[in-house]
Amino acid sequence: MPEQLLFAMEVTLNGLMAGVLYALVALGFVLIFKASGIFNYAQGVMALFAALTLVGIMEGQVPFGHLINAIFGTEIHHFGWHVPGLIAIVITMMIMVALAWAVNQFVMRHLVNQEPIILFMATIGLAYFLEGFGDLMWGSDIKNLDVGLPQGLNSWIDETTFNALGYGFFIDNLDIVASVVAALLVVALVVFAQYTKQGRAMRAVADDHQAALSVGISLNFIWVMVWSVAGFVALVAGIMWGSKSGVQFSLSLIALKALPVLMLGGFTSIPGAIVGGLIVGVGEKLFEFAIGPMIGGATENWFAYVLALVFLVFRPQGLFGDKIIERV
Amino acid sequence: MKLKLLAAVAATMMAVSPAMAELVIPALNYRTGPYAPSGIPYADGFSDYMTLVNENGGIDGEMVKVLECETGYNTEKGVECYEQTKGQGALIYIPQSTGITYQLIPKASADEIPIWSVAYGRTSAVNGKVFKWVFNLPATYWDAASIMVKYAMEQEGGSLEGKKIALVYHNSAYGKEPIRTLEKLSEKHGFELSLLPVDHPGQEQKSQWLQIRRERPDYVFMWGWGVMNSVAVQEASNIRFPMDHFIGVWWSGSEGDVVPVGAGADGYKSITWHGAGTDFPALQEIKTKVIDAGKNAGDGSKWGEVGYNRGVYAAAVVAEALRHAKTMGDVTPSSMRDAMETLGMTDERWTELGFPGFTAAFQVTCARHSSPRLGAIQQWNATDKTWTMVSDFMEPDFEVVDPLIEEDSMAYAAENNITPRECN
Repeated sequence: MPEQLLFAMEVTLNGLMAGVLYALVALGFVLIFKASGIFNYAQGVMALFAALTLVGIMEGQVPFGHLINAIFGTEIHHFGWHVPGLIAIVITMMIMVALAWAVNQFVMRHLVNQEPIILFMATIGLAYFLEGFGDLMWGSDIKNLDVGLPQGLNSWIDETTFNALGYGFFIDNLDIVASVVAALLVVALVVFAQYTKQGRAMRAVADDHQAALSVGISLNFIWVMVWSVAGFVALVAGIMWGSKSGVQFSLSLIALKALPVLMLGGFTSIPGAIVGGLIVGVGEKLFEFAIGPMIGGATENWFAYVLALVFLVFRPQGLFGDKIIERV
Repeated sequence: MKLKLLAAVAATMMAVSPAMAELVIPALNYRTGPYAPSGIPYADGFSDYMTLVNENGGIDGEMVKVLECETGYNTEKGVECYEQTKGQGALIYIPQSTGITYQLIPKASADEIPIWSVAYGRTSAVNGKVFKWVFNLPATYWDAASIMVKYAMEQEGGSLEGKKIALVYHNSAYGKEPIRTLEKLSEKHGFELSLLPVDHPGQEQKSQWLQIRRERPDYVFMWGWGVMNSVAVQEASNIRFPMDHFIGVWWSGSEGDVVPVGAGADGYKSITWHGAGTDFPALQEIKTKVIDAGKNAGDGSKWGEVGYNRGVYAAAVVAEALRHAKTMGDVTPSSMRDAMETLGMTDERWTELGFPGFTAAFQVTCARHSSPRLGAIQQWNATDKTWTMVSDFMEPDFEVVDPLIEEDSMAYAAENNITPRECN
């Protein structure tokens, strides 16, 4: 098999894996938009906050330690214990639920029936608040996140492809784990939305919140639930990206990778986020491989947006998005 | 009546206070935002050293006042900080960002306040004949590129003929800085150079590292920043690239770039111009007189880190320039500039200040606003979590670098109608 074809196959596989990681971030956006029509600008920061909290709990870091020390002149930084990863994930999830409650209680419920742009602006404010709050709570150091996920070259794939094709493919173990987790997450979310009482209530609120209210569905409960689920997705994305690059404040910028995915897959479709992610991942990697060297490289960021723009021209609602028809 | 008396006393004190001279040094720090992990250690080191200077009696009795202004590593905010602080007696600016430096070069030159970009900013500012108010000691990016090539050449037994070097760089003006120098050096030494740009912020670099895995370069150099650094080190470890052949510039060589990668970062190298760790008398003095006394700027946890020591280095040089300026009379921005331009630090002086073996001696001149232009290679030990110097200080290939500096600075002079000064 020609060498270039083998390289292209390797790039495609890695693009698929990268796409899954983008989709993980995009899923959080979809959930909140689907249920409440809010484009949650803070989703990337939520992933950062979740990852910061997880590492902080695992390492036994004292929350707001810097603040406490500055006010009281103390020198406390750590409790002196380490919490196992699984327990820390559960505690972090509880904190994300508390955050969802707080967001609804102090921000969203006061903005019911406001224009989407107002809600969007509120989430921008939330993003800034949460970033500063996370900094105050856990400090801005780069943290090593190790929840036991394997990382690095998958030797089995390397050897198998080498024996079969004469060239060993590089696939990162972490990407394989991320793909499995993303698949499970999507199945769980689809089952939740389609087959559970709360899921159906969520869809009812998304369709028409006034009608949902009239049949006794609590808007407050549904919104807290949706923000909690988005918090869970943010935690999963935070773990995957945090394991890859360490937990640091630029983690919030992964949201930039989710936007073209959403444009492609549609803002209201869970499978759309996955398919959009895969298309963006493969598209940008192949473009960088084939065309990048001719035009100076670093094409990935803008190519994803160009791809999304092309889709917008032909299918504004995205591949799987709901077509909105407004009659005058 | 008492109230009037109090008011009069307060007014008198306020009127008198400006006369109680303080040596004002603005610190354009970034303790917040995505780059805070790099900004905090430097800011802590700079402030803690200045606190130590004050604890030891200041600069000939005058206290140093560090005027912190938060930029968040944002160029616009950096310029705002400059405008906000320049009227408060600012003696010298250390912009802490290449973007802010570029914005401040014309402003500060017009306001006649010196700028010191500590191994960043505009490389051609080395030419003091053109850039009267700008200093960029101890070394430039072009020096760094040349020294890294020199080091690789030494490792390869004196020749890079037929070898491959890949440059992984932040796709920005900063990241592109070494390209021209490396291209010139590849012509001279016969190595093949491949360029691999990484878009900001650099969290996803799979394409670049797959290419490195395919092309198998002998060395990878990195001009990275922020999250790009740790992701690159992680990816290099993932593809099992030999880490001792992976060398970063000085902004890709601090603890935050390697600690998140864990054991995989072991052996990674970077160029530096100063020592790491706490094994220096001045660092120990900071510990006892500043940190243990609770007078530190941060939480003390960064003490001895690369970024912290870099802040200490910058503060030590500024303090020495202040001492030098005082010998000329009242310290003003103008005398501070003169002091920077004639500043010299011998090995004996570094030792006297508590920095034996910490960095190299230097002498700034009118024509050369950067000195000593030396760099050494440090290597990361993931087990001990320490950086160790693995080479002596080396000088760049001046034959290649200096003509480039001359060309670029003269182009700047022509564009801005600057007549170069006559001096040596």
